[in-house]
Amino acid sequence: MNGPRRAAVLPGVDFGEFVRGRAAAGTLVVQPRMGFDHPRKMRAGLSATRSAAAVTVGTVTLDSYTRLRDDAALADALARGRPLNGYPIVAHDPAVTAAMLAGLHGPDFPVQVRHGSAVPQDIFEALAALGLNATEGGPVSYCLPYGRTPLEESVRNWTRCVRRFAELREEGAEPHLETFGGCLMGQLCPPGLLVAVSVLEALFFQQHGVRSVSLSYAQQTHAGQDREAVAALRRLCGELLPAGSWHVVVYAYMGLYPVTAHGAHRLLGAAAELAVRSGAERLIVKTVAESRQIPPIEENVAALEFAAAVASRTARDGRSDTEDSETYQEAAALVHAVLGLGPDLGRALVRAFARGYLDVPYCVHPDNRGRTRSRLDGEGRLRWADTGALPLARNGSDRVARGVTSAELHADLHYVRRTFDRVDGERAPLTGGPAPVRAREGLPGGSSKADRTEGL
Amino acid sequence: MVNEPAGPPAPRGTVVISSVASDAHTWNLVLLQLLLEEMGYHVVNLGPCVPDALLVEECVLRRPTMVVVSSINGHGYTDGLRLAPRLRARPELAATPLVIGGKLDVVEDAAERDRQSAALLEAGFDAVFADAHATDLCRYLRSGDSAGQPSGQSVGRAAPRTVAGAQGTTP
Repeated sequence: MNGPRRAAVLPGVDFGEFVRGRAAAGTLVVQPRMGFDHPRKMRAGLSATRSAAAVTVGTVTLDSYTRLRDDAALADALARGRPLNGYPIVAHDPAVTAAMLAGLHGPDFPVQVRHGSAVPQDIFEALAALGLNATEGGPVSYCLPYGRTPLEESVRNWTRCVRRFAELREEGAEPHLETFGGCLMGQLCPPGLLVAVSVLEALFFQQHGVRSVSLSYAQQTHAGQDREAVAALRRLCGELLPAGSWHVVVYAYMGLYPVTAHGAHRLLGAAAELAVRSGAERLIVKTVAESRQIPPIEENVAALEFAAAVASRTARDGRSDTEDSETYQEAAALVHAVLGLGPDLGRALVRAFARGYLDVPYCVHPDNRGRTRSRLDGEGRLRWADTGALPLARNGSDRVARGVTSAELHADLHYVRRTFDRVDGERAPLTGGPAPVRAREGLPGGSSKADRTEGL
Repeated sequence: MVNEPAGPPAPRGTVVISSVASDAHTWNLVLLQLLLEEMGYHVVNLGPCVPDALLVEECVLRRPTMVVVSSINGHGYTDGLRLAPRLRARPELAATPLVIGGKLDVVEDAAERDRQSAALLEAGFDAVFADAHATDLCRYLRSGDSAGQPSGQSVGRAAPRTVAGAQGTTP
């Protein structure tokens, strides 16, 4: 930093330790996706999160101008008082942010900064100056879906930033990084690839010195398949990461969200059940208002408390993390193929995308090969329609390449919204998709029948 | 450096699909690409967050049959007003069919939306699909009063028009 006053690091604030400790005591930690432009409102949001009837961690989500480094647009918006879609942590004086956090951020309420930038240098500098030691992202997951930054440049940026972030440990604050790789594209990315990229980004963080990590996985379209995916993620973590260094965070569905209150609640409830049953330690919630607007503070609190209540009456299902499954086999094959491309994981990731060993379906970034396609099967499971050059064995039932039409893609994109908004006994507003699902069943595969260990 | 499927030239010519500079969404672009490919066009999808200058240069280079701008983050109106004159300023693109659609602003008022659509037509777009379905674009194309001629033939500027579809249907 060029000499701005540094806020004192708060000793003892350890995001990873806090979450693992609460989870070990049997409580799922819940977290909003909250970000407001004005420091007073951001503080009110954190305060409400902290006092919610749930075990929570705080979130400061940054605005899109800060993410994209559009300094001119940000300065213009701030000068004109135009609203932003998040907290501009780089533009605000560190003293303003320190005051915004004072008395809230602490060992019993660690705050994570969320952004989404492939050029995050200024953001990491701002965090270091403030002693904020928990954030998230990744060289792949904050690059490919959202912009035009070349992957190689994103890897370079993230390498430098992770190394800088790791130095916080010497100042007494254990740095924590969460992968966003388990959320790629928000929807329609097959779980094997989500798990693989999440694991690879965690290994990248640890290679550059950040020991405490969390690995994301976003709820997809089928509860049974999601359960299998979280198990695969935990098994790979157990095999590849030091014990006690990691936890898993489940995201409530990131795609087109239900527009009805009952649909939104059922989907969030299913996410909370997935998290608890699979042994995930943390859940990032969505609100009823999510499909329409940036949710107000009270909607965030309501979502946190609803998810915590569902979690408290759900138990871990007793299935082993070491179970074998199609998702595990696929994720392991992808991870090991990338690890085989060289000891420097950043370079290996760039090579993997160039060769199509990693290839995100429907991602139009120039560095993504774009040869893979995905689709939903008749039961709502996410399948590969075309595996392109992915290094996967070609013995599965869905290894035969087939095209996906615009009508099929449209139906698949709306599947979760359609399924969860549907009222019992009524036809969905958009028909032509899979068979109707009764309301209390939630996601297909999520009924008690499907919760049995299926001899996997 | 664009996402472009390999393959022989499509019979109906090349369409350039693009987002605007401020918009990181891509599912709308992917759906449009599939729809237009099914209609027989070759599609060059420039992807999200496309700077104005890049879109202009790609269009000058490729001389597309049509340019489709899609945005759903609510800034498409502002970005489109700035973008259209920049495309029209290049003689090669003066007559290229140019359409814009998606969720172009956060206004709910129908009269204001119509005023914005008229302003976008005035700025140089041939059709505006405010709050419209991707399929509205296909219906417009099938109606035959716009692009769809083989590349290289001059199709002229279609009569400007706006299409208002159902609210909030573009993913």
